[in-house]
Amino acid sequence: MGGMRTAGDLVARMQMTRGMRLDQAKAHVAERLGVSLFELSDPLVMHEVRRALGLGLIPVQELTYPSEPGAIEAKFHIAEVLEVPINSVEKFTEHIGPRPAARRAGVTAPAVEVPA
Amino acid sequence: MEQSVTTRLGDGSLVRMTPSEIRADLEEATALGARKAKVSPLEPDELDHLGEIFASNAKFTAVDIGDELVLSCDGSGNADSGTRSDELYSFQSHLGADIIELWNSDYSYKAIKAILSFEAQIMKTAQLNLVAPLQYGAMPDLGSYSQPDGPVPNWSELMPLGRIAEARAAQEEALEYAVADMVFVAEAMIEAGVDGLNFDTAGAAGDADFLAALRAVEEIKSRHPDVGIELGMASEFVLGMHGELEFHGRRLAGLWPRDQVKAAVEAGVTMFGPAVNVNTTKSVAWNVARSLTIVKPCVQESAIPVHMNVGMGVGGVPMTPYPPVDAVARVSRAMREIGRLDGL
Repeated sequence: MGGMRTAGDLVARMQMTRGMRLDQAKAHVAERLGVSLFELSDPLVMHEVRRALGLGLIPVQELTYPSEPGAIEAKFHIAEVLEVPINSVEKFTEHIGPRPAARRAGVTAPAVEVPA
Repeated sequence: MEQSVTTRLGDGSLVRMTPSEIRADLEEATALGARKAKVSPLEPDELDHLGEIFASNAKFTAVDIGDELVLSCDGSGNADSGTRSDELYSFQSHLGADIIELWNSDYSYKAIKAILSFEAQIMKTAQLNLVAPLQYGAMPDLGSYSQPDGPVPNWSELMPLGRIAEARAAQEEALEYAVADMVFVAEAMIEAGVDGLNFDTAGAAGDADFLAALRAVEEIKSRHPDVGIELGMASEFVLGMHGELEFHGRRLAGLWPRDQVKAAVEAGVTMFGPAVNVNTTKSVAWNVARSLTIVKPCVQESAIPVHMNVGMGVGGVPMTPYPPVDAVARVSRAMREIGRLDGL
């Protein structure tokens, strides 16, 4: 489908982790992104949608995105938008869980006790 | 006089055939595939469609815009541009891969176990830097558990001697080792953040090899229900090297794709990859027609996405390390438009 250049990685994620058939996976992603089935494989439309939702972009020679979500950051958004757990996101959250920044983000794991 | 077109044989070599010759190949292949796999042959309109795809001199052909399917893979990268992590980024960003896979050149779960912490470290780092779903892949590789490479008596040596019971016992012992190793590797990869596991060329050593993969999948999914599992087959039917092994009451020896996928679903597989072997002396059109005939019922009856194995020597793609794009494009289009595959 074109991977990150389109919505290929998102449709693939629904197949891989949810066992959805192609039509079902495309319908789920299209509904969650608010686009048509046809637009899922259009790199121009999907560039704008991915940018708006923070779903990850490919830096190219003419365009870089230092202020947009990077890879693991984008996967937090993908998990939320597609309503599908992403293992690396859950591990990341688990590992930063005790930190104040994570608690501010709503992670409720107990704080690490710092020795006096 | 009928004009011929340029096409290829299953070994990749170029030949010229007339549309009538291609049609004759299609009809012969679908009849053969139907007889072997005990399924229905392709319908006349499907053969017409295949004929249109192959009776062309175009360098490239493709599905309609909007009808694209998902591509998964066994291994990502050619191992010629930096590290394996570099290859993953290239596959994601340059090639637009839908799913990418971290792999080791010793593509066997048994071998991976010995270097697991290093493999899992690469997975963990890669997960921080990649957006596309990243799986880890290797083979169940049951044969590597037999002597002299492994601990179990070699059943391929025992069977010709008529020591059938010992050969069966050896396979049963080997599959326990294989299940333990696959689950062990999977646990480490899941801890490192993997999106899915790929069990590739399942059944390569026969029904015990297939059973080992199914049992490993079942155990992994019972512990980690959200992890993706791709199961790719080694060939079109499961060899009965043991002959009496069952999974959930289903005898595995002799299973064709339509029943292989049912066993896979019962184990917890989320993407299934049937494989149909290529005849190198027949045309690509012949091979595609035979592959489609065998796999079509599997796709129709499957509860999970079916990603047909279409690479070097399977699924109609010529048996060559450098598959010609004209052949790959025709095979891919046929798989979607006639086979209604979910992915390749």
